[in-house]
Amino acid sequence: MSTSKTERLLNLLIMLLVQRRYVSKDRIREILYADAPSTDAFEKTFERDKEELRSLGVPIEVGQMDAYFDDEPGYRVRADEFALPEISLESDEAQVVALATRVWEHARLADATTDAVRKLTAAGLDLDLDALEIAQPRLSADEPSFDVFWEATLTRRRVTFDYRRPGYDAPLTRHLEPWGVVRYSGRWYVVGLDTDRGEERVFRLSRVVGKATMSGQPGSYVVPPGIDVREAARRLEPATPPEEVVVLVRPGAGAVLRREATSIEGDVDGPDEQTPWDRLRLPRAQADELLAYGSDLYVEGPASVRDEVVSRLRAAAGVAS
Amino acid sequence: MSRLLRLVPYLHARDQVSLEEAARVIGVPPPQLEQDLRVLFLCGLPGGYPDDLIDVDLDALEGEGVIRVSNADYLARPLRLTPTEASAIIVALRALRAGAEPDTREVVDRALAKLEDAAAGGSPFVDPGDDVPATLALRAELEEAVRRRRQVRLTYYVPARDEESERIVDPHAVVSHHGVAYLDAYCHSAEAPRLFRLDRIHDATVLDSEVTTEHTEPRDLSAGVFGGEEATRVTLRLQPEARWVEEYYTVEDVRPGPGGSSVVDLLVGDERWLQRLLLRLTPYAEVVEPAHFGDGAADAIRRALALYDHPAG
Repeated sequence: MSTSKTERLLNLLIMLLVQRRYVSKDRIREILYADAPSTDAFEKTFERDKEELRSLGVPIEVGQMDAYFDDEPGYRVRADEFALPEISLESDEAQVVALATRVWEHARLADATTDAVRKLTAAGLDLDLDALEIAQPRLSADEPSFDVFWEATLTRRRVTFDYRRPGYDAPLTRHLEPWGVVRYSGRWYVVGLDTDRGEERVFRLSRVVGKATMSGQPGSYVVPPGIDVREAARRLEPATPPEEVVVLVRPGAGAVLRREATSIEGDVDGPDEQTPWDRLRLPRAQADELLAYGSDLYVEGPASVRDEVVSRLRAAAGVAS
Repeated sequence: MSRLLRLVPYLHARDQVSLEEAARVIGVPPPQLEQDLRVLFLCGLPGGYPDDLIDVDLDALEGEGVIRVSNADYLARPLRLTPTEASAIIVALRALRAGAEPDTREVVDRALAKLEDAAAGGSPFVDPGDDVPATLALRAELEEAVRRRRQVRLTYYVPARDEESERIVDPHAVVSHHGVAYLDAYCHSAEAPRLFRLDRIHDATVLDSEVTTEHTEPRDLSAGVFGGEEATRVTLRLQPEARWVEEYYTVEDVRPGPGGSSVVDLLVGDERWLQRLLLRLTPYAEVVEPAHFGDGAADAIRRALALYDHPAG
């Protein structure tokens, strides 16, 4: 940005900020755009400057100068809308806020966090970046469509995207009013109203194919009250039967299962005598996970898990069940 | 412009600041800041009288390298946080909260409440999920070891062999790929660089001994975590029930097959890893080629089935 433009923008902002009443376009032109060669040139530059200030977050209001004549628009910036509200952080609070700048592993949001912290510093907070040492989570978002869904969630705009469901080859075009994005087990999901189906749906961002696009005006729908985006994403995960699973494992095998087990009973009778067996009680387990141990693991119960394991083994071995 | 809007309140709140200090806080090099101040000098209330302008003490700036600014009361407060800034910092704090111990969590809650207040427009519907504090502590410990160039003794779980093993490594970096965190390290047992998934490190002890290897190059994980090692290209046929493999692992190619099945190519570094994957997918996956790669799994399936069909005990 050139010096003269920065100067003009700042002067425009100050002019609109210090007036209680709306400032007329004529007056703005007279004071700040006196060197505009024509009305057209002035209009164009003024429009661009307004947009630029708005994009920085400056709330420029447009209103009528005079209640009796509605032909002349005026402009103002209300100081209370413009300024960061008073915020006073205790020193330990300021420390965690400073730490927040290190959480995002996503360039744009890392920058946005740093900008936010800089504004807080400008407001007089002393943020000491080196004071507190706590373990920090990192938030990454590799999914190419993440930015679009993030933005759409904040501004409440509709999103159109192609989505590939597992087990289907051709992606389908979907239309969504996003309510929120949620990270679950390291992956990002979007929850919202699927407008084609008229129902709540959850989509995994890594399955979005190509570019997602936003459409419509900001604020074009309302998020239903009481929506729990986290709960919605959790429903998508495969339901794990909550019942206890009892398995026999050969000694030395199943290190992960042993860590999860609520009890381990050593040297019990098993389905063969090649080795001794240990009996593990697991708070939960899925057939997939158990099958991975091959002949080092034997499912005792419950019958539902045991039957699934046996029938899948039979299917693979080509044995009729 | 946004820099100037931060600069004025910062200077306004302080009687005088050295150019160096202000440049550090605002995040620009000192010459740039000096230029900003000269722009500021030209700005102020409409009217054009000297008293209307923001007063920047240029003598003090040029003489002592000290900034004094006055007559800018109307810009005493910084601009509001934009929705993106407010959401980014709030979500980052939520993530900190989820990973914090109870006493720190209470501090984060207080800070969050104040920021959510300051961010007009409500708080965003973004949930960063919950990282397990133990994993975060491990990560912090490993990062500290990387910084201090200390060797680490790992107890690491190798799913391909279903066993825990101990090894001494030179930690070089902690990296993330598709939401999974890895330790990039030189493994002295394998005598080669290796990636260790943090969630499979069951124990880590930072040693006093210094690392003996240098980080060769930042690992590019975009090519998949198997890249670089000796790997065989294996082609699998997956039934719909097994097709989650396509996105869970880095596959080289996916081709549609009949009845919703697919044929995928993937690079396999360890045959035992493939065998466990095939067992897990039983009976929804089979090896197309090289055909003998499936023999181990087929044999394991027969032996597992024998446990149920011919119990000897």
